[in-house]
Amino acid sequence: MFNNLSDKLDKALHTLKGHGKITEVNVAETLKEVRRALLDADVNFKIAKDFTKRVQTKALGQDVLTTLNPGQLMVKLVKDELTELMGGETVGINLGGSPTVILMSGLQGSGKTTFSGKLANYLKTKKTKQVLLVGCDVYRPAAINQLQVVGEQIGVEVYAEVGNNNPVEISKNAIAHAKANGKNVVIIDTAGRLAVDEEMMTEISNIHKAIEPQETLFVVDSMTGQDAVNTAKAFNDILNFDGVILTKLDGDTRGGAALSIKSVVDKPIKFIGTGEKMDAIDIFHPDRMADRILGMGDVISLVERA
Amino acid sequence: EKTNTNFFDKLSKAVAGKSKVDDDVLDNLEEVLVASDVGVDTTLKVITRIEDRVARDKYVGTDELNKILREEIAGLLSETNLGNETEFTIPEIPKDKNGKKMPYVLMVVGVNGVGKTTTIGKLASQFKKQGLKVVLGAADTFRAAAIDQLQVWADRTDVPIVRQEMGSDPASVAFDTLKSAVNQDADVVIIDTAGRLHNKVNLMNELTKIKRVMQKVVDNSPHDVLLVLDGSTGQNAFEQAKQFTLATEVTSLAVTKLDGTAKGGVVIGISDQFKIPVKYIGIGEGIDDLQVFNKIEFVDSFFK
Ligand SMILES: Nc1nc2c(ncn2[C@@H]2O[C@H](COP(=O)(O)OP(=O)(O)OP(=O)(O)O)[C@@H](O)[C@H]2O)c(=O)[nH]1
Ligand SMILES: Nc1nc2c(ncn2[C@@H]2O[C@H](COP(=O)(O)OP(=O)(O)OP(=O)(O)O)[C@@H](O)[C@H]2O)c(=O)[nH]1
Ligand SMILES: [Mg+2]
Ligand SMILES: [Mg+2]
Repeated sequence: MFNNLSDKLDKALHTLKGHGKITEVNVAETLKEVRRALLDADVNFKIAKDFTKRVQTKALGQDVLTTLNPGQLMVKLVKDELTELMGGETVGINLGGSPTVILMSGLQGSGKTTFSGKLANYLKTKKTKQVLLVGCDVYRPAAINQLQVVGEQIGVEVYAEVGNNNPVEISKNAIAHAKANGKNVVIIDTAGRLAVDEEMMTEISNIHKAIEPQETLFVVDSMTGQDAVNTAKAFNDILNFDGVILTKLDGDTRGGAALSIKSVVDKPIKFIGTGEKMDAIDIFHPDRMADRILGMGDVISLVERA
Repeated sequence: EKTNTNFFDKLSKAVAGKSKVDDDVLDNLEEVLVASDVGVDTTLKVITRIEDRVARDKYVGTDELNKILREEIAGLLSETNLGNETEFTIPEIPKDKNGKKMPYVLMVVGVNGVGKTTTIGKLASQFKKQGLKVVLGAADTFRAAAIDQLQVWADRTDVPIVRQEMGSDPASVAFDTLKSAVNQDADVVIIDTAGRLHNKVNLMNELTKIKRVMQKVVDNSPHDVLLVLDGSTGQNAFEQAKQFTLATEVTSLAVTKLDGTAKGGVVIGISDQFKIPVKYIGIGEGIDDLQVFNKIEFVDSFFK
């Protein structure tokens, strides 16, 4: 299933070779394969279509330099376009406000609680912050216990209110607690929710309004398929979030959802999760993600062979 | 919903009375299927089937055409999915060498966060409703509070659970669970396992070990290895199915979170390629939000 793009491009590039200019005829086959590779990587259907159209426009009529053959030029065009789409510069986290309030959001099981712990650990060890973790998931069985275990592992205090089922109250109380106890970062873990669950979307909107966070983060599983655009858009419509967290990138998914989300909400991807342990957090690198989506390492070696 | 009627209208108009489906319609069909995570390969397979069928049975009417479409897609779902199961039952009552009744052992596996533990809670409730005696085994000893989470489900369903400390050997928990189940004369054992990405060799080997250890207590166990797939997962689910099958011989699938907007279409190709039946779908976080899989309804949801 996960044939390298290089396999697919092999034939397509062959048809391009030996031409001095990129023409509609010799570009078509290559773009078909690029589109196919994007779909296999879970890039959204429409976005893949638009992407290949844009590349086509850019490619047509381009003179092929003597150092590059047409295949190499196409690959370069595709890669440049993809990297640009993925976000150019790396964007950090806004640590303004006193305390800085960070709100997590996302679907069920995307990795919010784990990432809350990782981010707390990162800010504590790398930025010497005093962090407070807040358990606002009042639904999932043992959600609060999970956050408490995480907090213990990294030596960060966890604020929770047993018996209180109102996340708006809990988050407000937590911020007051943070102020009173010299904490300068508050990370609020919330329950997973579906974008179509109106009640739950209203709840997170209310939390958001009540606490006015400096950073609202949308946590998304990098294995997500075509639905990524719908979900990201729905969460963004309600929260106008500041950044995206891509989790579970230690797997072998191509992670095309990243491109889909970026295209649809145009918010920076800030961090990636690369494991279950508390130190498995990394800054997002757009160029690496572009490479990953297309399996570019393979493509480049192919072009070198050509 | 608008695009839905449009789609079938267009399809019918374009196909009725002809021996060939035109490209526009096929593009439309492709879009519906790819957008449901069916994947390019499987989509092309479906399209070929439809083309063949239309070429063979010219002059198909609208209703008939819609039916063909659904049938051809559903046809890719493993033949083992008869589509007529409506109840949560266990397929057999295992016996040991001496003919003594043994518990039916179900091991639940999958990548992180797909819904394994929740599905186990829901299944326990359903099996219990059937009058079966259920025992749960908390063999996810790794994830923070995973054991507490399963304990909450055990309490909710009023079913016994076998657990050890966090960090203990999962194979040892599975072993204890089976021993306890045999002693209690239980009908069904469900073993929860830690989420693991299929490209992590050590963690996959751990599953193989859990299986081996369980066979020391109950012959031929686990009788069912249920791979849970998150319905919003894209093409990576193929690799998941492949690697978990290699490590544990997956015998059935559950697709979760279908109460969202994701369609879970990737299971069509998986079921077709690996011949593994889809048994259950998860449609919520509540105890009753589990259904026996119905392939026609499932395929219909792509066009809604
Ligand atoms: N391999 C891997 N696993 C991860 C990563 N991030 C989270 N997980 C795992 O994914 C599963 C779900 O993570 P959680 O943090 O519980 O997800 P959540 O979004 O809080 O889930 P809900 O609260 O139920 O919505 C757990 O098994 C985590 O250990 C990651 O980057 N890599
Ligand atoms: N909406 C919805 N949520 C679900 C469904 N099934 C599970 N969930 C939620 O998904 C999240 C993860 O479920 P778990 O059962 O903890 O998943 P898991 O596979 O055991 O996770 P790990 O053990 O961490 O790998 C929880 O928030 C569940 O409530 C479903 O069918 N629909
Ligand atoms: Mg959580
Ligand atoms: Mg679990």
